[in-house]
Amino acid sequence: MAETTEDLQTLPLDAWHRSKGGRMVPFAGYEMPVQYEGIMAEHLWVREHAGLFDVSHMGQLLFHGADVDRALEALLPGDLIGLKDGRLRYSMLLNEDGGILDDLMATRRGDQFYVVVNGATKADDIGQFEKRLPRTVVLDHMKEQALLALQGPEAAAVLESLVAGVSGLTFMQAALFHWNGKPLWISRSGYTGEDGFEISVAARDVEALAETLLADDRVRPIGLGARDSLRLEAGLPLYGHDLDPATTPIMADLGFAIGKRRRADGGFGGAMRILAEIENGPVQKRVGLLVDGRQPVREGAVILDSEGSEVGRITSGGHSPSLGRPIAMGYVAATLTDPGTRLTVQQRGKLFQAEVASMPFVPHRYHRKPAGAAA
Amino acid sequence: MSLYFTKEHEWIRVDGGVATVGISDHAQNALGDIVFAEVPEAGRSVRKGDDAAVVESVKAASDVYAPVSGEVTEGNAALADDPALINRDPEGDGWFFKLTLADESELQGLMDEPAYRDWVKTL
Repeated sequence: MAETTEDLQTLPLDAWHRSKGGRMVPFAGYEMPVQYEGIMAEHLWVREHAGLFDVSHMGQLLFHGADVDRALEALLPGDLIGLKDGRLRYSMLLNEDGGILDDLMATRRGDQFYVVVNGATKADDIGQFEKRLPRTVVLDHMKEQALLALQGPEAAAVLESLVAGVSGLTFMQAALFHWNGKPLWISRSGYTGEDGFEISVAARDVEALAETLLADDRVRPIGLGARDSLRLEAGLPLYGHDLDPATTPIMADLGFAIGKRRRADGGFGGAMRILAEIENGPVQKRVGLLVDGRQPVREGAVILDSEGSEVGRITSGGHSPSLGRPIAMGYVAATLTDPGTRLTVQQRGKLFQAEVASMPFVPHRYHRKPAGAAA
Repeated sequence: MSLYFTKEHEWIRVDGGVATVGISDHAQNALGDIVFAEVPEAGRSVRKGDDAAVVESVKAASDVYAPVSGEVTEGNAALADDPALINRDPEGDGWFFKLTLADESELQGLMDEPAYRDWVKTL
């Protein structure tokens, strides 16, 4: 973590963050706001109202060319051929052994695919795509686009007041809208477990949009600190911590992202290994942990079984503002993944008691289309 | 009664032979929302520079060092149930522990309040 200031890039909203009291820290090669008024208050605000996040560090990629869906399926294990126009799919970029190089959101956008990848991995991802996709597929890195997320139970009402029709989107659906004549690509998605939107906007227009959103009393700016605690409560893994090239989608308990047809046909990196893990179960699996007491356990802490043998590691952990207690995620041996299993965690020489818990820790409140409604 | 500060952002309030130790307002602000604190028990002897207490914010864990040597006479029991007290009143009710001074000359290397407040502005 020897990121030095001179290597860091600035976001299009850099001055805006500072003017709002953002405390800037190095993250993913950028100077980014970790908090404004405070992580706890920001976290709880998002659970009750609406929070505005600047996630312009993330990579926005556009793929086009003949059979782009089929070509991407060689790298991503999701069903992209079957993805309808204006629909999002959560997927992962896998290496040839089935290890996770990144997790991402892919959206079919007419005859193109719009893919949002993590900021810290975007350069490597682009290298992988350029190396492994056929020449017929063209990748455009949309560097001139900023990305905002508006998350929380009041997000839809806030955004609808500016962009008529946007509340008609359901979870994991996206479309092109306009605000003051400026194009906005808006999806109903996010990384908090709440209802909300992600808004791709030209970098030159992002400050005006952010300022207009923040003028609504229901909206406050939210930093990376609360983004992390919100996603942890929502049971969502963070790349580079809970996911890495040594983990597969099945180990990470992300098997939902591998559709029926892909399970039958394979044809993605590490398919043999991943299909075997689906069949027989992985050796280790990502689980949630409720930790006794008040002290958080954090990434790197060792997980022990009742005999005191190491059975895994914590990959994310911290205080849950919504639950008022420590929670964590980690990998444990597959025999220890049942909710209620008691485990011990060792951190800096101290032992903590913990219990495997089903995730999310805080229920998701996505705006899903009503069951039985036509797609 | 005199007040001293360390470069690690602890304060020491000395009254007779007893010193009360906590973290400065600057420190609590840098840590952010504090969710856990562990203070030493009465009777424990600490030497200057030892890890004496732990404080954890939403973001990270930090050690609190003993700024002077001595024997702990009391840990602040209120912090166990209300660690946010350190954010609300870091240099008052949010104190960490009290100790009897083993060597008053250890105070000589510490900053007084004006020197500390000036130094913090340069950080």
